[in-house]
Amino acid sequence: MKKLLILGAGTGGTIMANKMRKALEKDEWDITIIDKYKTHYYQPGFLFIPFGMYSKKDVIKPKADFIPYGVNLIFADVDKVVAENNQVLLKDGVVLNYDYLIIATGTQIFPEETPGLQDKLWRKNIFDYYTIEGSAALADFFKTWEGGDLVLNIAENPIKCPVAPLEFVMFADAFFVERGMREKVNIHFVTPMSGAFTKPRASKVLGGLLKEKNINIIPDFYIERVDNENKTIVSYDEKEVPFDCLITIPVHKGDPMVGRSGLGDDMDFALTDKYTLQSDKFKNIFILGDAANLPTSKAGSVVHFAAEVVFENLMCSIEGRPYTGKFDGHSNCYIETGFGKGALIDFNYDTEPLPGAFPFPGIGPFGLLKETRMNHYGKLLFRWIYWHILLKGKEMPISSHMTMAGKKMHDF
Amino acid sequence: MAQKNYSGVNISVDEEGYMTDSSQWTKEIAKEMAKEEGLNLTEEHIKLLEFIREKVLSGSALTIRAIGKSGFTDIKGFYQLFPGAPLKKATKYAGVSKPSTCV
Repeated sequence: MKKLLILGAGTGGTIMANKMRKALEKDEWDITIIDKYKTHYYQPGFLFIPFGMYSKKDVIKPKADFIPYGVNLIFADVDKVVAENNQVLLKDGVVLNYDYLIIATGTQIFPEETPGLQDKLWRKNIFDYYTIEGSAALADFFKTWEGGDLVLNIAENPIKCPVAPLEFVMFADAFFVERGMREKVNIHFVTPMSGAFTKPRASKVLGGLLKEKNINIIPDFYIERVDNENKTIVSYDEKEVPFDCLITIPVHKGDPMVGRSGLGDDMDFALTDKYTLQSDKFKNIFILGDAANLPTSKAGSVVHFAAEVVFENLMCSIEGRPYTGKFDGHSNCYIETGFGKGALIDFNYDTEPLPGAFPFPGIGPFGLLKETRMNHYGKLLFRWIYWHILLKGKEMPISSHMTMAGKKMHDF
Repeated sequence: MAQKNYSGVNISVDEEGYMTDSSQWTKEIAKEMAKEEGLNLTEEHIKLLEFIREKVLSGSALTIRAIGKSGFTDIKGFYQLFPGAPLKKATKYAGVSKPSTCV
């Protein structure tokens, strides 16, 4: 029996387990997927929890529900990969051999990287919404908060879903307007980037939206520490921003297991060929999703598109054919802008987000880089698609490669 | 695409002044570029620029944190070497593209 091993049963690992079990003969290939945790979180839903739009039950399901029959599911802590021997060592001492390995261990937040973040104000006046615990604690806090300076700070890039902080402040604007207390809340968007987003056209449009909503952008702010006594965040060049409520997007890193295995960069993101999605050193290891050090968004849509490429190249490798899959960095993000509207961006390694219609040129129904109601419904609909189609590795009507059809080059 | 002349060499730069062909880079170009913006580069600066070039040209995402761990300087020191927006300035003088780590 040949062995395919998948580390991580999140979005990427689950998609691959489903795709590979369909493609590989059961009497020739043994497929095993390993994860630490039993619960699958619909992570895009965390954003909705602080504002009471979703509750915990909307975003959690058992991982086992999505792993197909014929795939071994193991809940265990991985110590490391010994790539030279084609082995994975579990912390409980078990050794697993593999012919092919897929690393899909994602990225996590590390608030401990920023001094003062997890001090006495943590989860009292300082919250994250990248964990279920953080977003639920924030929902409770917002219920009785009387207003003041609401500061959102991005500690470091890359982060999961680079548009989520923008969505957060726009949701906050709508939330406090609807509560009739917007004039009591000053919203500040504090970022190490030089604008709302790095890609120039999207940054201009999204920055404009924030301004319209009276959200103050403080760019080029790289946080060093939190001063819990004075309730301020302090940058490396000694700038200070006071807060009454701090929403932190903490430093993100890959799984420490990647670092222990010698496969990662200094942030434990796995070194990955940006086109073939193989490990840079070991040709029988593929890296999928947020775990990779690719210059594209860490987001579910990217995982979905990249999974098509990993599948194609893995099959090429197994069947001894030259690789035909080439990843283009395709990313597609719905951006909630509040008051029942949303925007949509579609881009890749080489092409920045442009205005237009998606997925059908000239028709849509979704509008690119502009606010529409339909885009908002797209995002809500996506939760259903995620649980029922995407995780199961079924076909979606969107190409894994970005297309220029429907995009306008000269709109500005 | 604009052309600029640094230390007798014609190089092409984008609208923000970033070199579009990294292979044209020399220490002299870096020094003149920085001088134009009021910064005198020392050997310490140059060593860091070379680290940045190596990192970016090998395809890794560049972060301020990575520079803090580079062994050449810590993050505070990096801010002192390139005041204001260190990553943007340093990548420009290193002749590599502006960091786009958020996408």
